[in-house]
Amino acid sequence: MPVISDTLTPTWRPRGRLLRLREAAWPLLRRPGFVLALALVLFALLAALAPALFSHYDPYTTTPAQMLQAPSRAHWFGTDELGRDLYSRVVHGARLSMFAALTAVGLALLCGLALGVVSGFLGGRVDALIMRLIDVMLALPGLLLALAIVTAIGFGTLPVAVAVGVGIIPGFARTTRAEVLRVKTLPYVEAARLGGASWASTLLRHVLPNAWGPVAVLATLDVGAAILATAGLSFLGFGAQPPAAEWGTLIANGRQFLITAPWVSLLPGLFVVLVVFSLNHIARTLEEAQR
Amino acid sequence: MNPPLIDVRNLNVTYRAGGQATHAVRELSLSVAQGQTLAIVGESGSGKTTLASALFGLLPSNAQVSAGELLIAGQNLTHASERTWRAVRGRTLALVPQDPMVSLNPTQRIGRQVAESLAQAHGRRYPGVHADVLELLAEVGLDSPALRARQYPHELSGGMRQRVLIAIALAGNPRAIVADEPTSALDVTVQRRILDHLEQRVQARGISLVIITHDLGVAADRADRVLVMKAGEAVEYGAPAQVLATPAHPYTRQLLAAAPAFAETAPPPVAPTAAAGSVPLLALDGISKAYRVPAVQGSASHFQALQALSLQAWAGQTLAIVGESGSGKSTALRLALGLEKPDQGRVRFAGQDVTDLSWSQFRPLRERMQLVQQNPFAALDPRFTVFQSVVEPLVSFKRLKGAALAQAAQRLMEQVQLPASYLDRLPRELSGGQRQRVAIARALALQPQLLLLDEPVSALDVSVQGQILALLAQLQAELGLAYVLVSHDLAVVRSLAHQVLVLRQGQVVEYGAAGQVLGQPHSAYTRELLGAIPGQRAAARNGEQLLERPAPMAALRRAQ
Repeated sequence: MPVISDTLTPTWRPRGRLLRLREAAWPLLRRPGFVLALALVLFALLAALAPALFSHYDPYTTTPAQMLQAPSRAHWFGTDELGRDLYSRVVHGARLSMFAALTAVGLALLCGLALGVVSGFLGGRVDALIMRLIDVMLALPGLLLALAIVTAIGFGTLPVAVAVGVGIIPGFARTTRAEVLRVKTLPYVEAARLGGASWASTLLRHVLPNAWGPVAVLATLDVGAAILATAGLSFLGFGAQPPAAEWGTLIANGRQFLITAPWVSLLPGLFVVLVVFSLNHIARTLEEAQR
Repeated sequence: MNPPLIDVRNLNVTYRAGGQATHAVRELSLSVAQGQTLAIVGESGSGKTTLASALFGLLPSNAQVSAGELLIAGQNLTHASERTWRAVRGRTLALVPQDPMVSLNPTQRIGRQVAESLAQAHGRRYPGVHADVLELLAEVGLDSPALRARQYPHELSGGMRQRVLIAIALAGNPRAIVADEPTSALDVTVQRRILDHLEQRVQARGISLVIITHDLGVAADRADRVLVMKAGEAVEYGAPAQVLATPAHPYTRQLLAAAPAFAETAPPPVAPTAAAGSVPLLALDGISKAYRVPAVQGSASHFQALQALSLQAWAGQTLAIVGESGSGKSTALRLALGLEKPDQGRVRFAGQDVTDLSWSQFRPLRERMQLVQQNPFAALDPRFTVFQSVVEPLVSFKRLKGAALAQAAQRLMEQVQLPASYLDRLPRELSGGQRQRVAIARALALQPQLLLLDEPVSALDVSVQGQILALLAQLQAELGLAYVLVSHDLAVVRSLAHQVLVLRQGQVVEYGAAGQVLGQPHSAYTRELLGAIPGQRAAARNGEQLLERPAPMAALRRAQ
């Protein structure tokens, strides 16, 4: 290659990745439903990181004088049987709940992607072995599997997260494998190989990015499912123990007052529903945008 | 005088999307009389298929006839109800759809699908349905109709499926058939047989035929009248002889010049003949390759893809491998690239035996030979910008980085005649021809000596084909590349090849200098392939002798 002199400065330079991302994201941000859903999910995430930003009451301070008050301007979600502010408890509960859900999905994503890529890429006996294992996991009901794991490794938020995560590995592995199988036979992968790229770089540069889309949608969807599953396990008493604020525990606590003070169960429940619904909506929009 | 069967007057069709109106068809008028054949010619996006949908009242919900009239058999159907249309479809007008691979229901037997359209025309309780199905299948030229009727679509070849679709179209005993690109997915020889057959059926029944095609050759050969469309407007309408001889519109002239069958192809410039004693760049010696096929009772467990194939490609020259699908031409390329290993024989690259090299041993050679793939729509990573795609081989071989890489990309774009600003685009923002140019640029990035071209233009419009072929010829002259060109289309081959190798079912039929193989073919098969190039009949009719050799088939048909 000849040395390029400064007078021949290129008239064209590669465009930044950020600019491209902005161009892709802009049409999505013009959908009000998507923006609303995104705002709610961001609120839940921020609440998990810094709950003090959104609430002024201490979630653990009991004021028996104000027990079981209906929602009002002072207590947006009302108070529970010990006079604790429910809204604060929901905001603070985001930490444990979101942590559990994201850990579960992160774990499933990591294991599922690895299994799916190995399975789809190597094929043959490795593929058969991994897929039969996945079949076994799929054959067990999710809740039963989670209960078995929690019983084996102990109660608490982290064990619940692990239990839920293991339950959703099969979906990720299957989806990843199918996508890898589809992408790896495409002509541009062959072109890259013939252009001298190694398998590893072909995998990272071509196969994974193009197989990633449906997996990312599934991940968003499964965050919602994981929130519900962890809340479900906490409701049954396997997760965070009572004084701790956690969405499932909050809902479980209100059961005794369902007739006299329905908000104790229903408002935290409604909040969980909205967050999960938002996640589903985001996943759907992303899926549509891919087409 | 009877009114014309199809009468379209100043038709306008508009698509509405996102608050914007797109005029797909503008002020279009045409008429087809009983027994006439009309060919509608145009590139993709010219509105041909929209026009066909309008003829059947099958426009999508976001499209509407905004002005003009549409009369079929004297009946004004411009704003007809769905009910009225249903009486027309299949009985007055029948459609032969574009892609035979997806146009049949894969879960139903052939006979049942033909019977369904018979029942549509004759009513549910129709006693002779089975006999009629067999008769129709025989009429469209399928062997052993009783067997075919029991088979499923996947058991039939593309040509056979297209025949079934013609049978379905004939089932309602229509007065006109509209064939939407009926053969563009098929090999040339099959294409000719199907079109001949369709023409013959149409003549025997005295019905009209509307052929929609992007191939001016097909249109000129078959039609009584030709309508050339561009951007939704009719730019030319008349008898084929007149359209071909004195095209009034520049676009028609451009189409004519681009169609490989009409282009006055000077044979490619004579390449410097290899000095005696030099070695060919690529040589296959007695290559055989067999594939195992899943055991089906009563059929061979091996499929012989190639048998004792020998060929040489020389620097600065083009070797063309010609054959129908399944003839083993792609296998030959894959063997040359080291993607497959031959069962017998040796592969040599510039004198070096590369037959038994492992992938990593082969890798350095990839800088010297590159592949241009068949389908430009799948050959580029949809997430990569043109820049990333083009420089990928340079990055893989760690040749350049940074500003030098951007420089190299610009130079490559210049070579394939694309503006440098396209480097920022994604493949979906490019047309088919532009994508193929990008794929060629990527193959040129490493400055190889040998390019393997796997059907480089078969997925493109005829008018774009000519441009890509011209680019390839120019690059060869500038860079002294050797090409191995695989194609099923002899018209494509003629403009580039110095040597031609004709393959049939894995066996070499003919191999020699291009002038000799195309000029004085020895084998009947090569003659058949040559005769199948569309456009010859019309060309002969016009007295333009485009081929050095008189086309015996075309001459014969003309005499009838």
